[in-house]
Amino acid sequence: MNVMTKASPTSVLAGAIDCDVHPPLPRRADLLPYVDNYWREVMISREIDVLELTGFPERTRPYMRPDWAGEGDPLERMQRNLLDPLDLGHAILNVVSGAHALFDPYLSEVICRATNDWIAEKWLDRDPRLRASLLVPFQNVEAAVEEIERRAGDKRFVQILTLAMTELPLGRRIYWPIYEAAEKHGFALGVHAGTNFRSAPSHSGFHSFLIEDHVAMPQGFSTQVASLIAEGVFVKFPKLKAVMIESGVTWVPPLMWRMSKDWRGARVEVPWVKEAPAHVIREHVRMTSQPFDGPDDAADLERALSHLLSDDMLLFSSDYPHWHFEGFDVLPAGLPEKLLDKVLRGNALATYPRLGGV
Amino acid sequence: MENTVIERRQVADQKIGVVDCDIHPAMASRDDVVNYVPLRWKEHIRDYGMRNGNPFLGAQIYPRLTPGGGQRRDAWPPSGGPPGSDLAFLQKQLFDECGIDAGILQPLNPVTVSFNQEMGVVLSSAINDWQLDKWSGPDPRLKASIVVPQEDAKEAVAEIDRRVTDPHFVQVIMPPRTLEPAGRRRYWPIFEAAEHYGLPIGLHTGAFGYRPNTPSGFTSFYIEEHFAASNSLQTVLYSMIFEGVFEQFPRLKVVLVEGGFSWVPSLAWRMDREWKRMGSEVPHVKRRPSEYMRQNIWYTTQPIEEPENNRHLLDILRWIGTDRLMFSTDYPHWDFDDPRFAFKVPLNAAEKAQIFRDNAVSVYRLDR
Repeated sequence: MNVMTKASPTSVLAGAIDCDVHPPLPRRADLLPYVDNYWREVMISREIDVLELTGFPERTRPYMRPDWAGEGDPLERMQRNLLDPLDLGHAILNVVSGAHALFDPYLSEVICRATNDWIAEKWLDRDPRLRASLLVPFQNVEAAVEEIERRAGDKRFVQILTLAMTELPLGRRIYWPIYEAAEKHGFALGVHAGTNFRSAPSHSGFHSFLIEDHVAMPQGFSTQVASLIAEGVFVKFPKLKAVMIESGVTWVPPLMWRMSKDWRGARVEVPWVKEAPAHVIREHVRMTSQPFDGPDDAADLERALSHLLSDDMLLFSSDYPHWHFEGFDVLPAGLPEKLLDKVLRGNALATYPRLGGV
Repeated sequence: MENTVIERRQVADQKIGVVDCDIHPAMASRDDVVNYVPLRWKEHIRDYGMRNGNPFLGAQIYPRLTPGGGQRRDAWPPSGGPPGSDLAFLQKQLFDECGIDAGILQPLNPVTVSFNQEMGVVLSSAINDWQLDKWSGPDPRLKASIVVPQEDAKEAVAEIDRRVTDPHFVQVIMPPRTLEPAGRRRYWPIFEAAEHYGLPIGLHTGAFGYRPNTPSGFTSFYIEEHFAASNSLQTVLYSMIFEGVFEQFPRLKVVLVEGGFSWVPSLAWRMDREWKRMGSEVPHVKRRPSEYMRQNIWYTTQPIEEPENNRHLLDILRWIGTDRLMFSTDYPHWDFDDPRFAFKVPLNAAEKAQIFRDNAVSVYRLDR
């Protein structure tokens, strides 16, 4: 049973914090105002325009719900389709961009910074409900730290963003300065579905179909979580939270069980991991609620959620404008009513300290 | 918690019997198989070694936590060889002490992912000879697996044709970390032959392959590698479904070995959800992906996941179906599951019989 209907979507969701909404990717014309003359010339001469990921193709059919598509100002469309009818309190903008995949460390730095400037001016400044993830170039750790420091004062940016499938596992020490800066300023680490194709998405190479890339994505999420734990990131940065965005959610309990079992046998290899991985995951890992890989039966879905043994981990999201649900059936059917307050607001506030700090 | 302890005595009392679907016979030395190859290849291996994607020649990519490459410390035979290399000691530890009645040999060896594919062809056949001479011949309770050089489908089918008349062989095995996703057409002749002969295809989670062990490159640690390796079984599963393998070969049986199983429901829900939205990308996939899983796929149980709340495992069993699971020990590896202790969930007698014996008897046609 759905806890809300099209007739009264606001009864439950009023004031909710939507932790994953997508503005359309900025193109060159959007970004040119935010780069200097050198980069303006580079972007024009070298035809750097649309930076859409093959592993996250936002202009393909599943990425745009038909009744949400349209022309005109995308912010007005988002307000009309999502923010207003659901009466959301906040929505966190995630730009999943080719900036994550660029090879040139300086170009990626510039695209990240310009994209952040564009989000601030064209989105955040125009609707006080909006918050955003900060794009930082993981290809250029020094520049990533600089960008975090540059934006630290703007509390509307609440997390830094990377992908489920990256150049190196996210726990690697090379990335630690990024986490140090993020923790210092209260940014969460957002890990979003997608791949930059540095490695193939499977052990056996590239898939034939996009649907396989989607199905494989929890392999990316789970190995990133394993890396963050095994390398000791959460030991070194105990206040850091990692949010798995668009991950499907139900892959998490099996990972907890498997990792904790392996840890009991193999922890001598990683002596800095003092707690069972299941416990570390409950403390540090969060998941957004759409899409939700759950059983058809609502009672079964509630059981699947109960396997987390935690009410703190699930964060409400619509994944707007991706096509996961019809009407306003944005909550997974079977989500227990007693969890609603935490899922819709409390867990997000606990995960994103910067949300409460504006 | 009254339901959390397996009723050990009941298993024995009911004479359910146990089939172990994952036993690793070991070679005392490389010569065990090299003895079966022609002189030309003996000399090649002597002079150039066996090269594959592992950066270390002759050592494991991630050092294991126990000697012998991650073995049970109590499994070293008194005769002196490595664990799993002595038939009499294996019989004692596995059959006598654990009450196992039959088992499936899973010879783990990277020969079929060797860079030199012709060498892979020759060594596959050598391992099959060795299984017969050293294991299944002397003790027919140990069923052999037809190792095939999966990247050369023509040779793989020839090897299946050669072995199929020998009743010691009960399945075809190939590593899950194939050069291309397992559902790709280059492997279809193997599936066609396996379906034709009624032999399951077994794919055992493996530390060896051609590519990084995560979609984000290589892990730093064995503790990450150990579970990441089992992700390759998910890739086998969805690749075969979305490439249409089970539409083409509806009676093909696929056994996913040593990946655990608690990830299965989540993957099924995910595939069904994606297919509902994106089925038009794969019009050859006619049914909900989970329907193929319930028809064509089986899972061995080890390493069985251990939730803090054991009843959660019961939910998983219910969602997968106890008809899809087959017990395995992974003898003699360090993370061995002992049938007397492994299932810390309350199963009724019928479910126990399915998981510990009947499913394997049916899938592998052990009652032939």
